[in-house]
Amino acid sequence: MTDLTKLTIADAREGLKNKDYTSLELTEAFLSNIEAANNQLNAYVAVTADQARTMAKASDEKLAKGDGGALEGIPLGIKDLFATKGVHTQACSHILDGFKPAYESTVTSNLWDDGAVMLGKLNMDEFAMGSSNETSYYGDVINPWRKNGSNQDLVPGGSSGGSATAVAARMCMGATATDTGGSIRQPAAFTGTVGIKPTYGRCSRWGVVAFASSLDQAGPIAHTVRDSAILLKSMASVDPKDTTSVDIEVPDYEAAIGKSVKGLKIGIPAEYRMDGMPGEIEELWQKGIEWLKDAGAEIVDISMPHTKYALPAYYIVAPAEASSNLARYDGVRYGLRVPGNDIVEMYENTRAAGFGEEVKRRVLIGTYVLSAGYYDAYYLKAQKVRTLIKRDFDLAWQNGVDAILTPATPSAAFGVADQDLHADPVKMYLNDIFTVTVNMAGLPGISVPAGLDKDGLPLGLQLIGKPFDESTLFQVGQVIEDAAGHFDPEKWWG
Amino acid sequence: MSVDTDTVKRVAHLARIKVSDEDATRMTGELNAILGFVEQLDEVNIDGVEPLTSVVEQTMKKRADGITDGNKANDVTLNAPASEDNFFMVPKVVE
Repeated sequence: MTDLTKLTIADAREGLKNKDYTSLELTEAFLSNIEAANNQLNAYVAVTADQARTMAKASDEKLAKGDGGALEGIPLGIKDLFATKGVHTQACSHILDGFKPAYESTVTSNLWDDGAVMLGKLNMDEFAMGSSNETSYYGDVINPWRKNGSNQDLVPGGSSGGSATAVAARMCMGATATDTGGSIRQPAAFTGTVGIKPTYGRCSRWGVVAFASSLDQAGPIAHTVRDSAILLKSMASVDPKDTTSVDIEVPDYEAAIGKSVKGLKIGIPAEYRMDGMPGEIEELWQKGIEWLKDAGAEIVDISMPHTKYALPAYYIVAPAEASSNLARYDGVRYGLRVPGNDIVEMYENTRAAGFGEEVKRRVLIGTYVLSAGYYDAYYLKAQKVRTLIKRDFDLAWQNGVDAILTPATPSAAFGVADQDLHADPVKMYLNDIFTVTVNMAGLPGISVPAGLDKDGLPLGLQLIGKPFDESTLFQVGQVIEDAAGHFDPEKWWG
Repeated sequence: MSVDTDTVKRVAHLARIKVSDEDATRMTGELNAILGFVEQLDEVNIDGVEPLTSVVEQTMKKRADGITDGNKANDVTLNAPASEDNFFMVPKVVE
């Protein structure tokens, strides 16, 4: 019998329609993979098996009648950042202990309306702050990939590390994720999966725990470019509950897949060639350029002089917004409360016990850069630099560039508890050097697996698109996927 | 610019996070590493540049000025660590 967990969403959609198997069978196959693997990989922080079976049975009834939505009966994992009614929603933080919302996020509502089945909630860096999924209150997520001949545990990237691991290890068909500085694309690159961060305003932020409101966007992680297009079509919507949701109809992204890229202009920005970048990343980039050239795209060199300032500007803007967003965790309305002699001490004790080290660090930086006398020197300056970063992209689009090709990350996945990265927070931040520019400019970006490094670990290429032009990213992404092939980790777990 | 341990303690108090002397000393080093990193921005000429306030050019949407929900006091206080009759309970604030 075929292993149902090896199917793509596109395959399963056909199989369910043809009644080759039921959604319940599909769901059970994933639940048993989760049960076998989760002790070792720690991708899920809550498994909603009963709810999954109920949803699958409901889907099967619809499918039996020839009805059903675009994702009818497809089992998905949901990042713990999305509010799911009556189900564990804690942003993987201690401070939200026991929080079960009385409402559902717009993105997950859209998925359930289209018939998807929820398997459970996925591990992540606390409040989405991290690049290795090591800041979660629920422990580290382990990458299903290992170096050839090694049994060292590697990180899956972050913050959507649980989402990436769950997809790569076949613990769900696809997953929701979020991206504030690279949190979809970097873990996708580290696990050989496809991840897209859409344009700011494409997916509603309503019911998504806020980190940095001007940068946060939801998006999917999946096995293929087509699967990520199917998921994004369902997740994206125009939502009156989010004032930054943009009034543009969601196109049929799948229609772009398979279209020729002949004549498309692909920009190669010189400034993404960083000092000390491993040779393998450079080679991968060149390979990507060749693939697109062979497919008929026109390759043009472009310059984006403010690239190197995106990360430092991000580390002012994101913590500033985070310090404001996280002010709501005060031990009064939800989650953890640690008593004190008076209300201020109660606040201070609660937040000291409830937030992890990385979250505290960013709240303090944010509080400092927004404090009296420093606002102009830090926050205002960073927002001005952000204008210049966006202008670099605007110029490329004005010059007729259709999409920009860059590496997704400066390295492959690294070891859990890496001494070097933990000794210096800035070193960990450098993981997002190629992805963060996209958030600063509000653009869409996709990471597509493009090859393996000398140790057998996956590497990704990133495509950056014009605002609301996700379709071109799927179109070009498919060419990379066709040329590079698919990458699956060798199973050592479960 | 860099911060000293007293500044870190003051900022932690502003952020309502209790820190021990030991925490404050360690955090001072970490925060200075980050502040050192962002100092690169001083190289950028920002004369006459407007700050970016929104990545998408769109007039802010406004909803109709009407009641969109209500009678949800139970839901609102559902997750509170301490509540009574749909009120949040906090330590005594006024002496």
